[in-house]
Amino acid sequence: MQSTEDVPMSVTAERQVVTQQAGVAPSKDWVIVTRGIKREYDMGGEIVRALRGVDVAIRRNEYVAIMGPSGSGKSTLMNLIGCLDTPDAGEYWLSGNLVSSMADDELARVRNREIGFVFQTFNLLPRATALHNVELPLVYAGVPADERRNRAKAALERVQLGNRMTHRPNELSGGQRQRVAIARALVNNPSILLADEPTGNLDSTTSEEIMRVFEDLASGGQTVIMVTHEPDIASHARRVIVLRDGMIESDDRREKFAERIATSGASSIHR
Amino acid sequence: MAFFEAVRLALAQIRVQKLKSFFTLLGVTIGVMFLIAVVSIVEGMSSYMEHDFVGKLIGVNTVTLRHIPEIGGDISEAEWRAMQRRPRIKITDVKPVVDALPPGTLWSAEGYDNVSISSQWSKPTMLQASAVEGDYFSIREMKPEKGRVLTQQEMDLGTNVVVIGQEIATKFFPKLDPVGRQLKVAGLPYTVVGVAEAQGSIFGISLDRFVIAPYRSPLRHVVNRPLVIDAIKIKATGDADMVEIQETIRQVMRGRRGLRPSQPDNFAIETSESALSFWANIKSKLVIAGVVLPAIGLIVGAIVIMNIMLVAVAERTREIGIRKALGARRRDIMSQFLVEAATLSTVGAAVGILVGITLAQIIAAVSPLPATVAPWSIIAGVFVGAGVGIVSGIYPASRASRLDPIAALRQE
Repeated sequence: MQSTEDVPMSVTAERQVVTQQAGVAPSKDWVIVTRGIKREYDMGGEIVRALRGVDVAIRRNEYVAIMGPSGSGKSTLMNLIGCLDTPDAGEYWLSGNLVSSMADDELARVRNREIGFVFQTFNLLPRATALHNVELPLVYAGVPADERRNRAKAALERVQLGNRMTHRPNELSGGQRQRVAIARALVNNPSILLADEPTGNLDSTTSEEIMRVFEDLASGGQTVIMVTHEPDIASHARRVIVLRDGMIESDDRREKFAERIATSGASSIHR
Repeated sequence: MAFFEAVRLALAQIRVQKLKSFFTLLGVTIGVMFLIAVVSIVEGMSSYMEHDFVGKLIGVNTVTLRHIPEIGGDISEAEWRAMQRRPRIKITDVKPVVDALPPGTLWSAEGYDNVSISSQWSKPTMLQASAVEGDYFSIREMKPEKGRVLTQQEMDLGTNVVVIGQEIATKFFPKLDPVGRQLKVAGLPYTVVGVAEAQGSIFGISLDRFVIAPYRSPLRHVVNRPLVIDAIKIKATGDADMVEIQETIRQVMRGRRGLRPSQPDNFAIETSESALSFWANIKSKLVIAGVVLPAIGLIVGAIVIMNIMLVAVAERTREIGIRKALGARRRDIMSQFLVEAATLSTVGAAVGILVGITLAQIIAAVSPLPATVAPWSIIAGVFVGAGVGIVSGIYPASRASRLDPIAALRQE
């Protein structure tokens, strides 16, 4: 197995696994493999081609940012990766399972076991306590109440919220809410932590705090995928994928991405 | 797990929005309340009819021969007038009827009417007085509380003696022992020989307002025209003889009246069963009312709950999106809202049960109608409540379960 630090992204293993024959399951190293996934929307008679054939391969333990201007298809890609949606064409393999052809209830199961969501707007249940919010994925996993409670407590302690368990979301700060959401995302030991603009509703200090949590998780071996339009936030990841017009524009190591930003400016990504 | 979760959620919802919940549950509450109250009253009346009424008024295993039935079903005006023209039962009918029956069968003959009764201590009052013969006291199972009942000798001789009911005793002989004192019955002087035990009441009408004298005493001329009597009562020794006895009486009477086979009976034979079948007829109508009234409330309740649940689904679209993103399947969302609707309406039903029981007790207390709360009606109330919730929750719940998680999460 290659070192992930210094081999260029666009070649070798990634190329191989995405160009493999359709229907061939990727090896265990790969947590996410998409092969030519497409997604179109009918917006009142006008067909919007949100994704026009995206090939992505992500290894276990990677920390990846997906960037792109609005309309680039990054939200669509994130919905597909998060199994909230299925592609119109192409294959999506998640932890060795072909999820692109799954039915609703199977997708729900995959979301429950394999994916931990962190949203821009936190999406906590407003009337439930922090503890109860974190327990929720375990409820749908059918975990018995005692174990549920213990695991939720452990997850909250992991994000330094052991003393806020009985607080409701409106009694918590933005950063605390997002940490509750992270605890909720991690409680069922998912294959990937999938964050959609996780700092979009936070001030810069709190954003850094959340980024430190992500950094710790990533160094602890958690696969993290983060969708963002902020280069500053994206540059926390070790690998940055940039989308434009429903296609991958670039897929680089952090260092190379930083270099590119420095030469052509953030506007080249933002526009 | 998810079930208790949903129940807890629904109960929390009720606590938070008390007024809204009150209106939501009103329909179901009223429906179940009516169900419990009506069923309680019907059941109460039923056990009353079967145990007290029939026993007291007609007597178990007793056949009564009259010219017009005392407890009738649906009788038209024309039928009623035809009955009025029937020949009366005569004292001379008694012997042939009794002779045709097995020896040892108890019998009595009676004539009665409202007559003026007075005593030294009270003004004249119109009350029922009976002139009786035969085994009257045995058939009625009437025992003396003071003194004694009429003797065979007094019956045979037509002595001016009476047995009176409790109310007559207190009214005409206040704070006195009536035995041996004089009572004027239709102006005729009678001596009280006994006071009967309390007979109770039916539907608030006291059964202790009576005066019983021997048939052969002068009272018979006051209560009826010569030879006419109002009823012949026969008591069978066991259940098995009842049909046979009725048939024997019918044949004897038809023979005496010279009826051809094509002609209908021009007399009435009543049994406790015929009274009960009359009651069953009324009961079935009450039960229909007991179903229709609650049904209206429950339908209204179901519509209201369906609306409230649709509003809840719309308000909580984002919550549904969150739950779906976290791995809730369609059936998880579906059951969450179904359980919530069922919990809501079961709470409504529980309140309805309590109010219904209270209502039944109040009705029983302030009116002569008896009420017994039937355990099955409580269970039925709970099930009906849950059922209404589930039925009215199906559509909103299925709408919730089919929401697209992406669109649901995007909702503000």
